[in-house]
Amino acid sequence: MKLKSDEFSLRRLADPAEFQADLDLAGTSAGSLRAYMSAMQRIRLAERQLATGRRDGLIGGPVHLGVGQEAVAVGVSAHLRASDRVFGAHRSHSHLLALGSSVEGLFAEVLGRDTGHSKGMGGSMHLWDQPKGFYGSVPIVAGTVSLAVGAGLAAKLQQTGDVAVAYLGDGAVEEGVVHESLNLARIQDIPVIFVVENNLFASHMHISTRQPNDSTARFAAANGVPYQVVDGNDVVAVAAVAEELIGAARSGKGPGFIEAVTFRWYGHVDWREDIDVGLHRSVEELNNWRQRDPIRRLKDALLKAGMWTEQDDKALEAKLQQEVEAAWAQAMRDPYPDAAALLDRVYYQGDQA
Amino acid sequence: MSEKRPAYNYGTAILAAFEYLLGKYPEVFVIGQGLWSPWYVGNSMTDLDKKFGKQRVIDTPVAESACTGAAVGASLAGMKPIVVHPRLDFMLYAMDAVVNQAAKWSHMTGGQGHPGMTIRGIINRGGEQGAQHSQALHAWFAHVPGLRVVMPATVADARDLLIASVLCKDPVMYIDDRWLYDQEDDLPPVVECDLRLERPRCLRAGTDLTIVGSSYSTRLAMNAALELEKQGISAEVIDLRVLNPFYPEEVVKSVTRTGRLLVVDGGWGPCGMAAEVIASVMEQVPPCVLKKQPARVTLPFAPAPTARTLERAYYPTAELVVARAVGLVGS
Repeated sequence: MKLKSDEFSLRRLADPAEFQADLDLAGTSAGSLRAYMSAMQRIRLAERQLATGRRDGLIGGPVHLGVGQEAVAVGVSAHLRASDRVFGAHRSHSHLLALGSSVEGLFAEVLGRDTGHSKGMGGSMHLWDQPKGFYGSVPIVAGTVSLAVGAGLAAKLQQTGDVAVAYLGDGAVEEGVVHESLNLARIQDIPVIFVVENNLFASHMHISTRQPNDSTARFAAANGVPYQVVDGNDVVAVAAVAEELIGAARSGKGPGFIEAVTFRWYGHVDWREDIDVGLHRSVEELNNWRQRDPIRRLKDALLKAGMWTEQDDKALEAKLQQEVEAAWAQAMRDPYPDAAALLDRVYYQGDQA
Repeated sequence: MSEKRPAYNYGTAILAAFEYLLGKYPEVFVIGQGLWSPWYVGNSMTDLDKKFGKQRVIDTPVAESACTGAAVGASLAGMKPIVVHPRLDFMLYAMDAVVNQAAKWSHMTGGQGHPGMTIRGIINRGGEQGAQHSQALHAWFAHVPGLRVVMPATVADARDLLIASVLCKDPVMYIDDRWLYDQEDDLPPVVECDLRLERPRCLRAGTDLTIVGSSYSTRLAMNAALELEKQGISAEVIDLRVLNPFYPEEVVKSVTRTGRLLVVDGGWGPCGMAAEVIASVMEQVPPCVLKKQPARVTLPFAPAPTARTLERAYYPTAELVVARAVGLVGS
């Protein structure tokens, strides 16, 4: 009788002292690598701005920040196109921005302004930018996983070769609907990629206090869904598994599952580090995880390969910081929605045809 | 000399709507449990999978939540899905997809995302099925902004409101009742209508009291009205048809004329549809209009029983409606 499978253990991936070296860049073009660097840095600076804005009381609602996790969305998005259908959850700023969505639209949304991606009706937890392929994010845990399966089913029926992506966390796999979704996606051969950002925590609870194994890929295996477990702080590795599984989905082979192991530097919500609210989250652990920084590791590798200079790095950061600050300043000046927005958007208002 | 049998019954009218939609709109597909089996959905979906293919008429794993969520997601991607729940009781697993996702999507995306999808939930009760095979939960859904709720009472509405629901760009709960499936009628060719313009409808004019129903309760009200007529009481019957958003104008107009209101509902009383109808009317008619306090006929406040003797006591009948109406009109 077997009670626990060693097969589904993250082993070294869950040990923050490991995977701190710079990345193996083989097979990825310099152009792609620089684009990853830019995209990750843009997300990080934007989220730093949100942390500050929340700390200073300028943002009224909660923000769930993913600083430290940027490589996941950037690696996955490297193989997505605008006609794909991406769904997120409560910690989805990176999922949105990695698709090329505007920082200003995000800031305005988080600030509840009419110019926001969701016209100020959603805030940080209900993001939307369908023209960029971002179909929506919601804070109900696992709330969009089945929606992504449906958007993938639509792609299958429409025969477009598009895929759907469901970003979810290691906490979300504890929800029943995820298992229904994996099973349905498999049995219908639906082109949907489940991307689990396993950051080891659901709110304040470490995965060891919630699940018998620390690798969630066992649920993919149980449902016959091809999966890859990957260092989520290695953008090149994430992009490689995304290319494989997204490519298979596009060519009619059905769903895929990526478990990207990562860590959030901020706490569950807002700007604090939450080193005092849960089990297994100590200053030492956090500092160790900071050494597995996806941006620093890519930078070091690029420098070593001669594809990047310290000057390039500073120039990029300065340019992005300026963009972020300008976007923030503009969003702060933007108007709130009209009072009519309260009732006007409950039901569809346009022509039926 | 026997009359020619009407061409449709309530069940085949629903089937006709599916055939019309699947035939005309490639973006329509159907997903749910039991769709390849006649005993889940009566005669209302017979052979759809054979005519339109199992790709578009999808019988599913036992997964109400994922299937409903999938319909929401597919609608956001341009499809017009219909998700079928052969009993409302089983779709409670899907409440997040319905209430948190579908109903709120338009509002929380600033009017930009539109889950135009239809959830067909069937009320299938009686026959000693007991507490978890019997529920009529339309009032829950009527409470939620962003959803539309329709309950056809007639053969024509069974077909036409389903078509209107699927063509609507909002999420719609279409609730039909198996107790209505034997109603028969002839139907004119389909004329597509905009669900947003559909309202409660007066099915029978009367002068002494207004009886309001929806779905099977409307049938009870109509049968009661026939009996009341024999007793010299003239009952006006209003069929709600569309419960969310609820438009009380037709009922208000009627009560203003008759001065008496009896609401029949297939759900429970507290916070139910009958309560909403009465409250809406009371807010809009001057007190002097009412000749008697409004009344409601609902289920007893208990889960559905199993034993047939208790079932007989549980479900309202036309006789009960008649008795309550007589009580209101008095002598």
